[in-house]
Amino acid sequence: MIAYIIRRALYAVPLLIGVNILTFVLFFIVNSPDDMARLQLGQKHVTEQAITNWKQQHGYDLPLLWNDQAEAGQQLTETIFYQKSVGLFWFHFGISDSGRNISADIRERAWPSLAVALPSLAVGLWVDIAFALLMVLFRNTYLEFGGLVICVILMSVSSLFYIIGGQFIIAKLMCLVPISGYEEGFAAIKFLVLPVLIGVFAGIGSGVRWYRTLFLEEASKDYVRTARAKGLTESQVLFRHVLKNAMIPILTGVVVVLPTLFMGSLIMESFFSIPGLGSYTIDAINNQDFAIVRAMVFLGSVLYVFGLLLTDISYTLVDPRVRLS
Amino acid sequence: MSSFLSMKMPVVPLLLMLLVSLLACQPSTVLNNPYTETDNQQTVLYQSFSERPKHLDPAMAYSENEYAFIAQIYEPPLQYHYLQRPYQIIPLTTLNLPEVVYRDDKGAALPSDAEPTRIAFTDYIITLQAGIRYQPHPALAKTEQGGYLYHHLDAQAIAPLNTLNDFASTGSRELLAEDYVYQIKRLAHPKNQSPIAEIMKNYIVGFADFAKQAKDLPKTAIKGMSLAGAVAVNEHQYRIRINGKYPQFIYWLAMPFFSAMPWEAEVFYNQPGLSDKNITLDWYPIGTGAYYLAENNPNRRMILQKNPYYHPESYPREGEPEDRANGLLKDAGKTLPFIDKVVFTLEKETIPYWTKFLQGYYDASGIASDNFDQAIQFTGTGGLALSESMQAKGIQLQTAVQTSSFYLGFNMLDPLLGGTSEPARKLRQAIAIAIDQEEFIAIFMNGRGVAAQGVLPPGIFGFAEGQPGINANVYDWQADKAQRKDIAVAKQLMAEAGYGNGIDPKSHEPLIIYFDTTATSVEDKPRMTWYRKQFEKLGIQLVVRATDYNRFQEKMRAGNAQIFGWGWNADYPDPENFFFLLYGPNGKVKYGGENAGNYQNPAFDRLFEQMRNMDNTPERYQIIQQMQAIVRQDAPWVFGLHPKQFSLFHSWFGNLKANLMANNELKYRRIDTAARADKRQQWNRPIIWPLLLVGVLLVLLILPAYLAYRKRTQETLS
Repeated sequence: MIAYIIRRALYAVPLLIGVNILTFVLFFIVNSPDDMARLQLGQKHVTEQAITNWKQQHGYDLPLLWNDQAEAGQQLTETIFYQKSVGLFWFHFGISDSGRNISADIRERAWPSLAVALPSLAVGLWVDIAFALLMVLFRNTYLEFGGLVICVILMSVSSLFYIIGGQFIIAKLMCLVPISGYEEGFAAIKFLVLPVLIGVFAGIGSGVRWYRTLFLEEASKDYVRTARAKGLTESQVLFRHVLKNAMIPILTGVVVVLPTLFMGSLIMESFFSIPGLGSYTIDAINNQDFAIVRAMVFLGSVLYVFGLLLTDISYTLVDPRVRLS
Repeated sequence: MSSFLSMKMPVVPLLLMLLVSLLACQPSTVLNNPYTETDNQQTVLYQSFSERPKHLDPAMAYSENEYAFIAQIYEPPLQYHYLQRPYQIIPLTTLNLPEVVYRDDKGAALPSDAEPTRIAFTDYIITLQAGIRYQPHPALAKTEQGGYLYHHLDAQAIAPLNTLNDFASTGSRELLAEDYVYQIKRLAHPKNQSPIAEIMKNYIVGFADFAKQAKDLPKTAIKGMSLAGAVAVNEHQYRIRINGKYPQFIYWLAMPFFSAMPWEAEVFYNQPGLSDKNITLDWYPIGTGAYYLAENNPNRRMILQKNPYYHPESYPREGEPEDRANGLLKDAGKTLPFIDKVVFTLEKETIPYWTKFLQGYYDASGIASDNFDQAIQFTGTGGLALSESMQAKGIQLQTAVQTSSFYLGFNMLDPLLGGTSEPARKLRQAIAIAIDQEEFIAIFMNGRGVAAQGVLPPGIFGFAEGQPGINANVYDWQADKAQRKDIAVAKQLMAEAGYGNGIDPKSHEPLIIYFDTTATSVEDKPRMTWYRKQFEKLGIQLVVRATDYNRFQEKMRAGNAQIFGWGWNADYPDPENFFFLLYGPNGKVKYGGENAGNYQNPAFDRLFEQMRNMDNTPERYQIIQQMQAIVRQDAPWVFGLHPKQFSLFHSWFGNLKANLMANNELKYRRIDTAARADKRQQWNRPIIWPLLLVGVLLVLLILPAYLAYRKRTQETLS
């Protein structure tokens, strides 16, 4: 197992270098260091001298990928790419182009993102599985058909509609919770109720249909027929046997997203004023803040690779037949 | 789950009981209050911000959303009178207005009416009030022995710190003249990247040399260095020496750039390790203003708290004639500030922002296009007034024409549209008539704007009202108002220019003109279509070249645009701050200046050079009218509009007067917290019965399933 994990970690290195190069090239195709300086310095009274000063201060006065003026190895190291990239592999994200420490910002903003995403995932999972099992329980009845129709309708509606509608009905008309905002500690609960509720509701349509498919496939297997033949009730068959055996595909979907929950949700956080990481990357792209863009893309890649690794490991926990080698 | 399904529940009686109890219940507690209860103990103003400020360092900050914070914290020596109009500069931390001494090239003093050509230097001698103190701050905390407590922190001491509030001790000291001099040196230091550094090199004596000397030195090194143009005469007096005569310099002294900065702050914040915690001078201001930044989380909330050491300052005793009738002088002479705490919450979306305002959780609001119809209605006379629902809530509307100008510029280097030739001028004039700004304002701005008649917006010296102020090349004065000329006049001008019916005589095809803009979003499409239609009136085919900001800037710098959209917001209320946008030596392509259209007219330039150094006299007014006439005739711009600011305030918000120049207005404002608490209670009563209804519906949905399941489990094989 340990050898497998080490091997996977080593596979990740070239992948991350590739992602880093791609981010760098894509960013600088669109923006030049001069453009970045102009955007940071504002629109008034920006002179060439001020741009030169800004580039020098922020380390953008070097060549992008190759330094002809330097000697030997410095031709590679005395470049914007090397100077801005090498620290990433030690998780030293440095200072953003607007002057803030990126690691400190990420640490501060990851927790509110998690405060919304984790309960949304947990409650959503529970609700989706419960409804899916009920639909399987009542399969081939008008209840299953009705449930499927409702699921398709729910899937067809934009998540933005749920957010705006939820805010309008629950926060504006009924005045039950604040429409937006955030507090630390337990005081956050009243701000999280609505986004979590909406997050869960918005995911019911697709979630229930997905889990229903998994359970139906499992319910048609021989061991289920055997269980029924032994006289177990339908609910006992579903909740004790089918649910347990359907865990592998459920885990595949859940564990892989666990690490990325830190990255937050752009629309949800924006509408509910949750000070999370959801808009961090988009804001950075709009502000041409390359330091943040590269850090967030790198972090996203690392978390995704980590999520895939976790999924593989979790298989061994739920299915003793799986061995990693 | 199975046990749930097999439960025998007296569902209907239970639900009925719950329904009756909920309907009988009249909840008195407000459930949707986003603020903590402790806020009720003090006078708190609730505001929002939609964009994170980039800088809170007064040497760097230059945008409106940054000034919303730092103008309450930092104090330049001067400020704008809150009520008087036209805008008037008054002392803030000084005893009186600066003493201005003109000097010749040998340094000898000249009389105040000396010819500008004789004036080699101008001295501004500024005398501070004694006893003004800084806010409590750890940078100023001292040990019992008199040394600074936090100026030599090691890594171990810094490790547990996360914000400025984690420092156990704070200190304060008196404001000194040296602090203002220190800030001017900071403006010059290249490492501070002040946006006005390049401008000040032209004015403050020795500024450029100082910048060269400081270039490779650390930020803290400037304390011991001398700058010839900024010198502390004694503890409470300093002198700024500028080149020549530049009367507008006094306005710069009312901007946060020239605020006081204690050297201790720079030493404190430049300790290694603090920047890793985002504890920097750019994020944690230190000032003498009415408020200090008590909480700094630009991703969520910024809180200003009343500065316990704020110097005695009182509400103005006089204003405009109508101010007394409007209740703006009720607090005359009372000590400022009136509000204890200001909470700014980050609110990116307009829907929750607007809802919170209507619920009473924000005290003031702007009006987004989405909410315009809800907030404003057209009156019978074509004016705009608050809608009935807003009036029922007691909301107040305040409007003010902003000191900004938006325009369509012609690139005067363009072979077709530019230059001083008669055909090109007539073509530009025809386009100016064809673009119906009044229609634009009505369609796209809900009437929130005033069509521009010239370079200057209302409120700036030199702006002429009524018939003398109209652009006679585009408007006629009819029935006591400016009426846009008929399109036939524009067509006639086109014919005289050689483009009859918009046909290019060279190609015999419709004339094609390119419009460069950054309007790339879907929302911008209707505007672009509208522009095309305006040009179609003349038979001209308009091609919109929408690009991102970077490419647009590149085109402007290279002079590759034909027509472009641009705007300017006043730095200070002086005509020089607008006319310099058309001054030849400020041309963008040739000199990298702010004259984006590269307009150059020697007669205009001469008048500008004469006007810019003058005081606001009748002679200056006449020169401005001549300049306006030249620009209207040459038409390097299609004068667009001056936006009209619409602001809404709740009934409990007092002392409201739009001041487009001052940014430190929070100290004058007043909140009636009792009235606000009553209204919030009234407007936010929770409604619980729909929850019950949903519960009943759910039960009704589940009940058949439950019955079906029971039936199935109790079935016997037949």
